[in-house]
Amino acid sequence: MSQLRAETARLLAAFEANGAVRLEADILQPADVLLDLYGEDIRARAYVASDPLRGEQMLRPDFTVPVVQRHMAVSAEPARYTYAGPVFRYQDSATGRAAQSEQVGYEVFDRSAPEVIEAEVFGLFHQILAPLGLTASTGDVGLLRAAIDGLSTSDARKAALRRHIWRPLRFQSLLARFSQPVAPKTLGAGGQQIGLRSAQDVQERLAQLEEEASAPPIPAAEIEALTDLLAIRGKLPEALKLLQALTSRLPSIGPAVAHMAARIKALDAAGMDVAPIGFEAAYGLTAMEYYDGFVFGFYAAEPGWPAVASGGRYDALTRVLGQGRAVPAVGGIIRPEYSLRATKGRLSC
Amino acid sequence: MLKLGVPSKGRLMQETFDWFAERGVQLSKSGSDREYVGQVEGVDGVELVLLSAGEIPRELAAGRIHFGVTGTDLVHEKLAHWADVVEPVAEMGFGFADLIIAVPACWRDVTSLHDLDAVAARFRADHGFRLRIATKYHRLVRQFLTAQGVADYQLLDSQGATEGAVKNETAEAIADITSTGATIEANHLRILEDGLVLKSQATLWKSHSAGGDCGPLIRKISAH
Repeated sequence: MSQLRAETARLLAAFEANGAVRLEADILQPADVLLDLYGEDIRARAYVASDPLRGEQMLRPDFTVPVVQRHMAVSAEPARYTYAGPVFRYQDSATGRAAQSEQVGYEVFDRSAPEVIEAEVFGLFHQILAPLGLTASTGDVGLLRAAIDGLSTSDARKAALRRHIWRPLRFQSLLARFSQPVAPKTLGAGGQQIGLRSAQDVQERLAQLEEEASAPPIPAAEIEALTDLLAIRGKLPEALKLLQALTSRLPSIGPAVAHMAARIKALDAAGMDVAPIGFEAAYGLTAMEYYDGFVFGFYAAEPGWPAVASGGRYDALTRVLGQGRAVPAVGGIIRPEYSLRATKGRLSC
Repeated sequence: MLKLGVPSKGRLMQETFDWFAERGVQLSKSGSDREYVGQVEGVDGVELVLLSAGEIPRELAAGRIHFGVTGTDLVHEKLAHWADVVEPVAEMGFGFADLIIAVPACWRDVTSLHDLDAVAARFRADHGFRLRIATKYHRLVRQFLTAQGVADYQLLDSQGATEGAVKNETAEAIADITSTGATIEANHLRILEDGLVLKSQATLWKSHSAGGDCGPLIRKISAH
């Protein structure tokens, strides 16, 4: 326990040395904000307690929401924060992971050039974790978003695809649906008007369906290019080359690829060896629902471990919590229980 | 002594008694009709415990009863990793019920989960909160909708008269069990084409943790 405390203090100090201000957050958080943000899935992962007066409360499943809320309330930019403490998530008994686990985090709200901030956060995590011999993986959700924007299809279809970026199975089934001519649909028989969804709402959607019925399929070449994009994986320099080559088939990803190149350059300029860093275009699409740009994780070779550290960009989350006001945000967490175990593993061999 | 848990009331209890009787095991309530104690004849070393059908999964998981009769829906809903703690001995051929998702019949545009998902996105944008689905089967419905990739909904707890939730404007859709669909229809609702979450029937379960010699009862009912 005292070792864990020392590890936590060491990580906090490293973040504070980089200009972060220490924040505290309540363990008990109002459930409505988290539920609205994450949806029902969070109920399958977070502890919900019922309070007869204050309504449903949740044992915090992460620090991101309280930290963003706190920042949006005071909002002086640029700002760098660090925090430490337990988070609570149901764990499948098979994984053997604890339901209560520690996190130490670092979050940056800064309107400087995005690649510079991303390189700062990733670089800092990389430097702190360097002695542990972990494998770094990265991705960029911005590439897929840009690819969707460039498809030859309606805005409604693009919105549907964007909405399901974080549900890969559903995303693939939508993509398959949109790559075919629209199948004829048998409408329901109708009935007495009940509920909050009005007759006009139904009429509007029926009109949309009619419009949609004549929508041409997304061209096969575009579906193929999008599939190729999602399959890209390798070390950063090779992955960048593959992506640059793909821009001839997916011109809309050009700016996102240029942004990635700028980030690699910034990492390089900071003296980091980018050659061994992994990149997967599909990285972060299942686990990290609120990240919408650059994403990263550091992994130990031990089976069954969670990422020792993970993080990324989450601009959209600040827009939701800021009620329209958004701020560019990049951050991440280290799991000190695992960084400690990884340290011991290194020492013993 | 092995304990056999059976639903304490109504048709489910009577049909369970009949099912065992056909297999040479006589179950009966002892003493007054209001007393929840029973007798077992036709097989030795088994005691009858009358319980609420909803509590039988929990009692099986805890190993406080060795056998129990209850619906597939209740076992799957109430026990996470149910296959690790109980096993089905026999499907009993009654108490059929389907856990389904239904929407207002007036939603002519919504016939599938794909439609429900599209409407949920629009509903959330229009109303500022997630489309509400009333149910008491939280785990099963959530798992199902997650697997099917439906988003922007929330589950609203409803322990009874769930079919009325839409008319009362406390929910936009429901997930509930139905055997004939008559109540669904009477409440101006329609089942989605691909909205079948689970097919359920009364099932005899065996607890993994209760121990004891379950052989005699299993042999007796299998000999049928």
